[in-house]
Formats: sequence, structure tokens, C-alpha cells
Amino acid sequence: MKGLQVELPGLSLKNPIMPASGCFGFGREFSDLYDLSMLGAIMIKATTVEPRFGNPTPRVAETSAGMLNAIGLQNPGLEKVYHVELPWLAQFDVPIIANVAGSTEEDYVQVAREISKAPNVHALELNISCPNVKTGGIAFGTIPEVAKNLTKKVKEVSEVPVYVKLSPNVTNIVDMAKAVEDGGADGLTMINTLLGMRLDLKTGQPILANKSGGLSGPAIKPVAIRMIYEVSQQVSLPIIGMGGVQTAEDVIEYFFAGASAVAVGTANFVDPFVCPSIINELPELVDRLGVDHISEITGRSWKTFEKSNHRA
Amino acid sequence: MIVKELCQITSQKEIAHDIFELTLKGELPNSMNEPGQFVHMKVSNGLDPLLRRPISIANIDKKASEFTVIYRKDGRGTTILSEKQPGEKVDVLGPLGHGFPVEEVNKGETALLVGGGIGVPPLYQLSKELVQKGVRVIHVLGFQTKDVVFYEEAFSKLGKTYIATVDGTAGTKGFVTDVINNEELNFDIIYSCGPTPMLRALENNYSSNHKVYLSLEERMGCGIGACFACVCHTADDPTGFSYKKVCSDGPVFKAGEVLL
Ligand SMILES: Cc1cc2nc3c(=O)[nH]c(=O)nc-3n(C[C@H](O)[C@H](O)[C@H](O)COP(=O)(O)OP(=O)(O)OC[C@H]3O[C@@H](n4cnc5c(N)ncnc54)[C@H](O)[C@@H]3O)c2cc1C
Ligand SMILES: Cc1cc2nc3c(=O)[nH]c(=O)nc-3n(C[C@H](O)[C@H](O)[C@H](O)COP(=O)(O)O)c2cc1C
Ligand code: FES
Repeated sequence: MKGLQVELPGLSLKNPIMPASGCFGFGREFSDLYDLSMLGAIMIKATTVEPRFGNPTPRVAETSAGMLNAIGLQNPGLEKVYHVELPWLAQFDVPIIANVAGSTEEDYVQVAREISKAPNVHALELNISCPNVKTGGIAFGTIPEVAKNLTKKVKEVSEVPVYVKLSPNVTNIVDMAKAVEDGGADGLTMINTLLGMRLDLKTGQPILANKSGGLSGPAIKPVAIRMIYEVSQQVSLPIIGMGGVQTAEDVIEYFFAGASAVAVGTANFVDPFVCPSIINELPELVDRLGVDHISEITGRSWKTFEKSNHRA
Repeated sequence: MIVKELCQITSQKEIAHDIFELTLKGELPNSMNEPGQFVHMKVSNGLDPLLRRPISIANIDKKASEFTVIYRKDGRGTTILSEKQPGEKVDVLGPLGHGFPVEEVNKGETALLVGGGIGVPPLYQLSKELVQKGVRVIHVLGFQTKDVVFYEEAFSKLGKTYIATVDGTAGTKGFVTDVINNEELNFDIIYSCGPTPMLRALENNYSSNHKVYLSLEERMGCGIGACFACVCHTADDPTGFSYKKVCSDGPVFKAGEVLL
């Protein structure tokens, strides 16, 4: 679609909209509802070396304008993702961003090395920010030095560009972003979920079997906007923004904050047709802003405002 | 095929204490082909409550392009739903999941339908389809107390119907399993929906020598199989990696298929 194409490291996107990891499985369910080729890209469910069953249920709990999840990175493991899910996805004309997770550095390196060989995997998303696994994940995502080293190791083996997914559960997000930039990251994706908890009013106990979980949905959008606003001014990596995106207006706000593309997570559960809807609505909004191309508005919130004479 | 549609409310009635019968009109009934499937309803237009609510389909009327759900006003979502008036529209996603296999029982045989509380509704459409096929149906329906008993008459029109209440204020006092034992009921197949302890008791007592089909409940995110919120272990691999999703592989499973 005119004005929506975006070029990012490894990714040539027809439009800047993609489902976020863990909110779209491996695409099968949604392929019955619409043609996946219309998406800018697909971020597939986190993949680990071995299959994982994940946490006991209840795994989700609703919150005001959001939800908590503690799925626990359930996935069929590298082998099956590589040999079954990715070849199945290859029937669609859409680049895949593979979400890579693990509990040790070796895990990440192994998944990254193998999965980046798949022809339709155009980029990796290093999940150093999952709040729902006991070991690994979150430590990699909260200590800058650890994140930097992991990024370096993964960059050494990956055949495609590496985006690092930042956790909002840190005191200084800019330090984290700079650390992974130093480590050689090609881009950033942000944000993952915020740690939260809900209690059952009858029993007094946490609703989630895992007790705490990750908060997502519209409730977290202001947090993500603020973080992207800060990070995009301090690092030169492109940012794929996410957190509570439900509408085309939300997408514009993310671009203003400093994002170059946007992922949609929880909204897919509320309306499984949300991605196509946003893609259809975007051109008009971009047009109304008086620019020819959506990438012109990236960072408008902090860039010196230039009178829009772009249409000369 | 799964459809998302704004369906219009044609009627909404409180048929027992906090139990509502809601009938909706739209194209959706045309895609409903299995009793025991459910719909995922968005009860507010705004962001709160955010998620849809899974509710079983209790009756399908293709001629009138209508379907009915029966739900208990419980938390926020169902309370908002109960305040909606005829003429208003509700955003419905469905039909979802796999329902009760009607083909597992033959004409002339007997099916025992066992329901507990808000697990009773999907058994109504099932019973209608079984009767239409020439299957004899027996219903054993369990409730907490007299005030929340519903559809006793409707079920009685389709077949012999036993009611049990925990406090004995309606029907016999006790659980549905007590009724099945005391009445010495004979049947070829069991279909059930209700609280997990009830399903577990039926599985333990009857699945070794009967076909038993159970409808499960789990908290859901997407309702279509994408988020892994509603996953349970399979019975043959209780601690391993194999799993079923209640929303898309279920909600109805053959007894012994998944770990209850
Ligand atoms: C397949 C299926 C079929 C169902 N059919 C019926 C039916 O026919 N009639 C009926 O009355 N109820 C049915 N339920 C239960 C119904 O979904 C819940 O009662 C309802 O979601 C409660 O919403 P609430 O906003 O009132 O409660 P809240 O407690 O405010 O809900 C908060 C969150 O928890 C979830 N939740 C709460 N209780 C349950 C529950 N028991 N099961 C699943 N999710 C729950 C809600 O969906 C929501 O996401 C069914 C559940 C499933 C999974
Ligand atoms: C049910 C669920 C599962 C998720 N699984 C993953 C995952 O496997 N890997 C990952 O990096 N992020 C995962 N996320 C986080 C999302 O990709 C996204 O970063 C976050 O939910 C914020 O976006 P949203 O508000 O649009 O959902 C998950 C989120 C949800 C709600
Ligand atoms: S509710 Fe999402 S997979 Fe079942």
C-alpha cells in the first residue's frame, strides 16, 4: 500500500504492522480468518531448544484495560518449529521474525544459529525479557552488561539481523538500549509485558497459578510510548514498538514517539481481525497528516518540528 | 467457519435467580453445526472489560436466524451483559471449538446427559439433536439450590429429567452421581458439562465400560487456539509436553483424553 512500505534491517515490509510474539501462535489459527500475506511481518511464538509445556492454569487474568499472562513460553521446541511451523508459514508472502528464548546463553545461541537458517526468517527477536520463566529471561533483560554479552554472542552466529526485545521492568531503559546497541544489535523491539499480579476476592489468593504474570494491553501503552520516546533519542537503532496497540491512531502515536514499525499483541485476542483493520485504516491517517510516507513521522514528538512542505 | 458479527438481541430474560437467557439474531447460526460449541462475546465497546467472555450455545434456531445462550450473572462482564436490552447489539465471535459428537450414539440407544449448574445450557441443544435422531435421552441436572434451577420443563419435554440440588430444596438432595446410582439408570453413552469434580467422578465411574464425553471449562484469552491460555495435559502424558487446548481442541473431550 502506498506510503506504508518500511525498510528495516533484514526486513522489507509492505506495511509496518505485525502481530506480536505469543499473541499469534505460528499463524495457523489466523490463516483461517484472513490472508496472512497482507501482514507486514509475523513475530512467531518464542522458540526454545527443547519443547516447553509452560505453566499450570489459570494462565491469564483480566485487569482494567489489560490482562496478565503467565503462559511460560509454551512451544514445541526448535526442531518442530524449524521443520514444521516455518515451512508451513513459507506459503505466505510475509517475512517472519523469530522470537528466540532460553534459560542459558548456550540455549539462545543454539536457537539463533539454527532458526536464522530458515529461508523465511528475515530477522530474530531476542526475547531477553520474558517475566514468566524462573531462570534466564528476565536476568538477561535487566542487567545491561549481561544483555550486551548475550547480544554479541547471538550476533556472531545469526545469519539474519538481530532485534533485541527490551523489558520495561528496569529502572533505566536507556541504559539497556545502549548496552545492546554496543553488543551489536540491529534493532530494538519494545516493550515486553510489565510484571503484575491480581488476587481473587473470594480466596485472597493470586488468580494466576504462577502467582505473577506479564501485564499487556491498552493499560501499558503510555509506559511503552514514554520508553520509546526516551530510547529513540538516545540510540540510533530502529524500534519496533508494541504495547496496547488497538487502532490505527495508536500506531501513529507510536511512530510519533519514535517507532519505525508497530506490533499488535493482546488486541488480536479481542478482535482477531484487528491487524487487517489497522492496515486498511492507516493510509487515510497518514494522508491526513500531510506526509507521503509513514516513516516521515517517526520521532515527530521530539524532532524539531519542520513545517510539512514535504509535498512540494 | 469462525465469524465475528454484531448480533442483535431479540430477548433477554432472567429465568432463575441471576440466570439469564439471551437470544441473539444474525448470520452466525448458519455456521453453527455442532451442539456444545461456544461463542466468545465482547460485552462492552470500550477497553474495559477488555477480553471476550466464553459462553456455550444453548439453542440454535436456524429458521429464525437466532441462537440462545444461558449464563449466570457472576462478575463484571456477565453483569454488563445482563443489563443489555432487546434491540442492542453484541459483538460475537463464533462458533468456536468442537462440540459433542452426536454420531457416537445410534438411533434407539440411550444417552445420559449430565449437567451441573451453568454447565447445563449446552446440553439443551444436544438433547434436541439426539431426540431428533431417534435417541432416547435421560437428563440428570444438578444445581446448588431451588432458586437457580432452570429449563426443567424444557428438558422434560425431550426426555426423562431428574433434578438434584445440593441443599435438597428441589428434586433429590445431593449430587448428580447420587441420582445415577440410586435410580440405577441404564444408558449407552454419557455427555456431560459442569464443574470439574463432577466430570472427574463420571470419568472414574463410567468411562471403563461406557463412552463418556465431557465439556471442560478454562480461563481463556483468544478462544481460537492462538494464545495457549487454556491448555491442559493429555492423560497419556500427564507431565510431558503433549497438550490440548480447551478452546480449539475442546471444549468437549472424550473421557480419558485429557487430564482433568
Ligand atoms: C467453553 C466455556 C463455556 C462456558 N459456557 C457458559 C455458559 O453457557 N453459561 C455460563 O454462565 N457460563 C459459561 N462459562 C463460564 C463463563 O465464561 C464465565 O462465567 C464468565 O467468563 C465470567 O465472566 P465475568 O466477567 O462475569 O467474571 P469475572 O470474574 O469478572 O471475569 C474475569 C475473567 O475471568 C474469566 N472467567 C471467570 N470465570 C470463568 C469461568 N468459570 N470460566 C472461564 N473463564 C472465566 C472471564 O472470562 C474473564 O476473562 C463458560 C466457560 C467456558 C470456558
Ligand atoms: C498471551 C501472551 C503471550 C506472550 N508471549 C510472548 C512470547 O512468547 N515472547 C515474547 O517476546 N513476548 C510475548 N508476549 C509479549 C507480547 O509480544 C508484547 O510484547 C506485549 O504483550 C505487549 O503488547 P500488547 O499490549 O499489544 O499485547 C506475550 C504476550 C501475551 C499477552
Ligand atoms: S484461549 Fe487462547 S489458546 Fe485457548
